[in-house]
Amino acid sequence: MINKAIFIYFAAVILLSAVLVITRKNPIHSVLFMLLLFFHIAGVFVVLNAEFLAAVQLIVYAGAILILYLFVVMLLNVETESKASRANRYWPWAAGFGLLVAAEIALLVARGTFPLDTAQPMRLGASGVKELGIVLYTRYLVPFEIASIILLVGLVGAVMLAKKRSSE
Amino acid sequence: MPDIYQMLNIVSSHVIPVVVLLVFLLINMMYLPYVERKVLAHMQSRLGPMRTGWHGLLQPIADAVKFLMKEDVIPAKADKWVFKIAPLIVLAMAFGAMVVIPFGPPPDSLGLLNKEAPLFVSNLNIGVLAILAFASVGAYGVIMAGWASNNKYSLMGGFRSAAQMISYELPMAFAIITVVLMAGSLNLSDIVKAQSERWFIISPVGPVVFFLYLISGIAETNRVPFDLPEAESELVAGYFTEYSGIRFGLFFMAEYTNMIVVSLLASIMFLGGWLPVQILPQTLGHIAPIAFINKMLAAIPPTLWLLAKLYLFIFFYIWLRATLPRYRYDQLMAVSWKFLLPLSLGTLLVAAGMKQMGWM
Repeated sequence: MINKAIFIYFAAVILLSAVLVITRKNPIHSVLFMLLLFFHIAGVFVVLNAEFLAAVQLIVYAGAILILYLFVVMLLNVETESKASRANRYWPWAAGFGLLVAAEIALLVARGTFPLDTAQPMRLGASGVKELGIVLYTRYLVPFEIASIILLVGLVGAVMLAKKRSSE
Repeated sequence: MPDIYQMLNIVSSHVIPVVVLLVFLLINMMYLPYVERKVLAHMQSRLGPMRTGWHGLLQPIADAVKFLMKEDVIPAKADKWVFKIAPLIVLAMAFGAMVVIPFGPPPDSLGLLNKEAPLFVSNLNIGVLAILAFASVGAYGVIMAGWASNNKYSLMGGFRSAAQMISYELPMAFAIITVVLMAGSLNLSDIVKAQSERWFIISPVGPVVFFLYLISGIAETNRVPFDLPEAESELVAGYFTEYSGIRFGLFFMAEYTNMIVVSLLASIMFLGGWLPVQILPQTLGHIAPIAFINKMLAAIPPTLWLLAKLYLFIFFYIWLRATLPRYRYDQLMAVSWKFLLPLSLGTLLVAAGMKQMGWM
């Protein structure tokens, strides 16, 4: 009962902040609402006893990715960004696809069952780190390695782009 | 009446630890600045605060009243909401990190309730990661404060601070991961238990990891010699230049709470947490006087040991402040990326190899 109330709180804040991310005029406020969103997603993981995922959510998304967004956004001129028009000429396409996805989600939600109602959340006290590690390094080893190679390629690419060519 | 027992259980396992932790933190946040001023003063052949109370003992109360009574000035062109929330985020994240820190083993002597009263607020299995997560979100408060003030010095301070925190988070995280590897657990209580034979600071790669953690921990808390964000000779006061009154006080409190978190974590991960100091129990332990001293040392309550180690680190912080000059900004970044990060990666690799070979 209490779990459900807490979940509803997190879900409500997630939806609200997701809407605010795209409606705020000031890009910095958008990024900060995104931070609120990530924080509450971590909260949902905690409700499901998946503490490890909650911590990873905060460390990776909030601590690494979003803060770089914030850096970039802070280099923009907030005054002009706030006054810039919110849509370009492709907006009907975007709206159409958005509606399509929203309809799909609505359909899935109407048909689906929710883990919080039927299935058990993770066992309390089992952080899942060990299980996750074992599964990642045995069953999903190849996808895991591919993901790390993709990240490495991204890293090398960024360095190549930023590097000054001394010969030219 | 099972309901009353249930409520008592909740009170004993959740409410009391939170209240005790808050009281502990508040007392520390009041008196650590006083201790810092006093120690600094004596290191520089001065007396420090002397006027309020005996040897200035009431100075923290006077300071607190001043923080509360001063006008809370918000710059006209500031982003009001962000400006107001920023110090709260910094402080809340510092408090959040404190929640997972255990202050001692669960006492079994307290048989008042059918459940043991814990010495921690939350015994998270991912304790170390939770602290890293809170620390990474704490950087937002600083950068928000710098941006929202609408002041170029604040913005510079905020940017510097965020860059510094991101840079030093990496070696710190790798140092912590090495400790986790040695202990085989992310739970802070288990990390202490793993050191019952030998503290991690004297294990094979321990000193290097300790050095890495200590340096990056000092940088994470923005203290001398890494206090670039608030370098007063170039940036006035950095990201909190525009803050006054209690909001400035909140940043101040957050700084000291962060110092406490980093120091507690250092004691727990390297100095055996609440384990007592023992003089060579394996080799010389059977000699009568040494065995007696060891017994006496072990009789001191575990929480006192942890607090003693905590204040040792706090003293170290203050000592550094009295001793070292500040780094230049490019040197600061170079130290992190070109020295600490490769070293921490190498240490992790060596530690993993040694663990695999069974040498640790």
